[in-house]
Amino acid sequence: MPSSNPLILIIEDEQPIRRFLRASLSDEGYRLNEASTGAEGLRVAQQPPPDLVILDLGLPDMDGQEIIRRLREWSKVPIIVLSARDQEVQKIQALDGGADDFVTKPFAIGELLARIRTALRHSLTESIETTVIEFGEVRVDLGARVVYRKGAEVHLTPLEYKLLLTMLKHDGKVLTHRFLLREVWGPSDTTELHYVRVFVANLRKKLEQDPARPAYFLTEPGVGYRFTSGG
Amino acid sequence: MNEHRPDPDMLLKAVQTKENRARRGSLKIFFGYAAGVGKTFSMLENAHRALASGRDVVVGYVEPHARPETQALLDGLESLPTKVLDYRGVKLREFDIDAAIVRHPDLILVDELAHTNAEGSRHIKRWQDVEELLEVGIHVWTTLNVQHIESLNDIVGQITGIVVRETVPDQVFEMADDLELIDLSPDELLDRLNEGKIYLAEQAQRAILCFFQKSNLSALREMSLRRAANRIHSDVESARKIRSDARPWATTDRLLVCVGPSPSTARVIRTAKRMATALDAQWLAVSVDTPSAQSQTQTQLRIAQHFRLAERLGAETVNLSGDDVVGSILEYARSRNVTKIFVGKTSEARWKRLLKRTVVDQLLESSGGIDIYVIHGERNDDKSIDVAQSRIERFNWFGYANAFGIAIASSLIAAALRKLIGSNSEANAGMIYLAGVAFVAFRFGSGPAIVACLFAVLAFDFFFVPPYMTFAVADTQYIVTFGVMVAIGLLISTLASRLKDQVTNTRKRERRTSTLYELGRQLSSISGKVFLASAASEKISELINGEVAVYLVDQSGKTEIAQGQDGEIAKNLVSLPAAQWVIDHSQLAGAGTNTLPNACAVFIPLVGANSCVGAIAIRSKDDNSKLLEPEQRQLLEACASQLALALERDQLAIDAAESRIQAEAEQVRSTLLSSVSHDLKTPLAAIAGACSTLLATSTLDESTRRQLLETVSNEATRLNRLLENILQMSRLDAGAIAPNMQWHVLEELVGSALHRTSSELVGHHVTTRIPADLPLLYLDGLLIEQLLINLLENAAKYTPSGTSVHISANMDSGFLRLVVCDNGPGVSEGMEEKIFDKFYRATRSPDDGRGSGLGLAICRAIANVHQGTITASPSHAGSVNHSGTNRGLEFLIRIPIAKKAPNVPSG
Repeated sequence: MPSSNPLILIIEDEQPIRRFLRASLSDEGYRLNEASTGAEGLRVAQQPPPDLVILDLGLPDMDGQEIIRRLREWSKVPIIVLSARDQEVQKIQALDGGADDFVTKPFAIGELLARIRTALRHSLTESIETTVIEFGEVRVDLGARVVYRKGAEVHLTPLEYKLLLTMLKHDGKVLTHRFLLREVWGPSDTTELHYVRVFVANLRKKLEQDPARPAYFLTEPGVGYRFTSGG
Repeated sequence: MNEHRPDPDMLLKAVQTKENRARRGSLKIFFGYAAGVGKTFSMLENAHRALASGRDVVVGYVEPHARPETQALLDGLESLPTKVLDYRGVKLREFDIDAAIVRHPDLILVDELAHTNAEGSRHIKRWQDVEELLEVGIHVWTTLNVQHIESLNDIVGQITGIVVRETVPDQVFEMADDLELIDLSPDELLDRLNEGKIYLAEQAQRAILCFFQKSNLSALREMSLRRAANRIHSDVESARKIRSDARPWATTDRLLVCVGPSPSTARVIRTAKRMATALDAQWLAVSVDTPSAQSQTQTQLRIAQHFRLAERLGAETVNLSGDDVVGSILEYARSRNVTKIFVGKTSEARWKRLLKRTVVDQLLESSGGIDIYVIHGERNDDKSIDVAQSRIERFNWFGYANAFGIAIASSLIAAALRKLIGSNSEANAGMIYLAGVAFVAFRFGSGPAIVACLFAVLAFDFFFVPPYMTFAVADTQYIVTFGVMVAIGLLISTLASRLKDQVTNTRKRERRTSTLYELGRQLSSISGKVFLASAASEKISELINGEVAVYLVDQSGKTEIAQGQDGEIAKNLVSLPAAQWVIDHSQLAGAGTNTLPNACAVFIPLVGANSCVGAIAIRSKDDNSKLLEPEQRQLLEACASQLALALERDQLAIDAAESRIQAEAEQVRSTLLSSVSHDLKTPLAAIAGACSTLLATSTLDESTRRQLLETVSNEATRLNRLLENILQMSRLDAGAIAPNMQWHVLEELVGSALHRTSSELVGHHVTTRIPADLPLLYLDGLLIEQLLINLLENAAKYTPSGTSVHISANMDSGFLRLVVCDNGPGVSEGMEEKIFDKFYRATRSPDDGRGSGLGLAICRAIANVHQGTITASPSHAGSVNHSGTNRGLEFLIRIPIAKKAPNVPSG
């Protein structure tokens, strides 16, 4: 953790939720700013700029998507959105609109803290610096573009390898189908969401111990995937 | 005292009339005897006064006679723009009734009440426009000349020698709330005319010659004054009746007009009307349908026209039926206490009158106490043409030729008989001739029968009466034979032709009855508006050999075509507004009627028991006017009313079904509420209790504190799950979830479900077998995942730790077969279906029985959303793996995968 603790801005209209976030986040050592409306949140985000924003999608005065759009006009600050369970479409929209991650209400604080840590880590390190990544039985040699499982080389097609790289690069972060399609297949093929599903299934078959119960290539139901090297 | 009490009926009538008027606009007529007396001028002057007193006055239409004084008066008054109609290249300006209704002023001025509208207007006559304005509550001022009053029409014709075509029914005139007589002496009028103040110069000359003669004008003036005086008199009378100052004479007079096809009947009707007005008496117009008259369309049409005239003039019209015209009329007249009968003078030739007594003669003879007024009918040229035409039409050459042929044939048969038998048997010959006559009579009617009879007598005389082969008669007794033969022949022919007419009529009536019966039967077996409309229109179009369209009022009150969208009727632009008008007014309109005559079809309202539900448009292939013949019209109206009742019945059935569904939904909702409220309150009570303990007691040891906090956390989780289930169930129930269908990899859905239930299934042994070649599946991934989660949670909750759970899938002829089975205790026999019910909970839950009771119901709803099924049965795994008590439970989900999986480019 850097010398000055990260500043987190909470934009949330429900006081009880703000209260318990304040309690647990300050306990973790984060500094906090709070706003109860979207307009206030945008104002507070100007001075001093936060290191991370926790944004409730259901604010009374503004659409959460609009807040994300406005923040993204001038800032790359990581945004974690809070949303209800049945709002998959909104989650995807928020993620594709520039949010970095989401947590579904009601949530356990541990889950949120993990997301915060991941988001803060990514904002610090933009690119993969190491040349070898290992998770479970798998070892990926980025320099040689070779993948090993239990020491034996695993053959991946070029697109499979590209997908794997994209997911490795965003370790711990949720990635929407659309994002993966754009990153791997290019900007033209953004409607064929099932490409991603098929290729993720392939990766699981080749790299997971039990493809039906994946430990690394996790599914975020209705939203996309999350690669987690922690297992 | 009692004698001066007002008659309650009279009061009621007065009140009702007043009420009607209160809703209706009032009508004021500026009444004069000729053009130029100053009606329009006076009306406009009054309008300025009304405007000054703050009334909302609008000029609807004023004839542009270009009289400068009149034009000047138009300044300062708001005028509605006129509607311009293009009639054969001539631009005609007409009063715009729609604009008037939209503008809805307090008072509108509409000149020339008797005007006939240009083709393409809504109504034929302007007085109908005015009626509609009054109906919507707009007050109207208008102008009228005396010669335009319907009942005075023929008198004016007699006096001036000019037949006025534009007439206004007396009723409109009588219903006027206010009458202002505009009078000017004929000399002054003529002066004004000569000064050119009335018509334009060249028109003036012609007008003077034809109409503006002093004698004419005086007579017309007298008529107008008298009419106005009558009107005032009747106002006073009715006022007196209400106040009951003096008991008026009981008016016992009731008039009856005999209506026949003769054109002179119109005159009789008008005369009767005048008399009825003068006597302040009720009057009836009556016609008798004889079997022979019914079969003649010309006759029927004429009678219908006369009836319409009588109705316009305020008569009650009655159609009697019977063989005996005079008898029927007199019987009816007595039953209605008629005091005077009006009948037209028949102009039959004298010899005919000798043969057959006319209706007039018979009436005079048997009328008893009823006065008979015989009215001279005017000679009318077109009458003779009509009669001649119908004669030609009806002259039955074939019948007459046959009559001749059969007379010859009879002679031959009689001759052959004589040869065979040998003896001279003129009696037999006579019988054979009569048989021939009877045959002709039955086959060809009375005319040919009479001819056959004459031929028969002549042939009989010639061949069989000595001296043979001459017409001479030796024995005078044969004269008697001839006489009897002629008499019998005529009798047979009369009877036969009457029988024939009756048969024709009976057939017609039978056809009608059977049509109605069939329609009724068909309609009663169908439900659904569109089907009813199509069945009825099919039947009716068959009946009239034409096209039918049905317009119905939908729930929002909009009129839309429900049947015949592709037909000629639907293409016609006038049709929809016409249907709308018919529905609004519950009146027949369209081609051949007085309203919207330029429509391409006849529009009949569908009047049900409660309201007008629509209109049916009928267009005959050859002649629309045939549709309006009384008989046909009655039949069509009967069909329409059957359809209307069927449509209403249908609507009622729908309403009933809707309210039943609503009641059922209400029932489900209340069950849900009572169930849910218990389930919600239990965890809430636990949370609230734990929290209050934590807050209130400071001396708790660390482990108790932790326990309480765990309770709060667990109960909150449970509450959350319950709420999610309830929300999802109600969304699925309400059909609010349109499945978000995408191509999915089943393995991923199973994996995700297992991931999310991993904590609950810690003690269970879960295996999966999903074939590697399972294609992409077109599903709502989230819903299927939810289904799997619910099943897995169910297994976790209801089977003991250590139980194995197996998930497998395969494709089976277009269906995805997804199986989730366990080797747990299973459910008791017969409960396999019951467990999918909402709020059903297995009694043997190892937990404390606090599942939501919705998990499996949601599974079923999700399967249904995918057009699939989910069933439960004892699993095979259970019976194999465990000792007898464990039946195991297997869920089988079958979901159709109709689409072929898309290609995924490898690479």
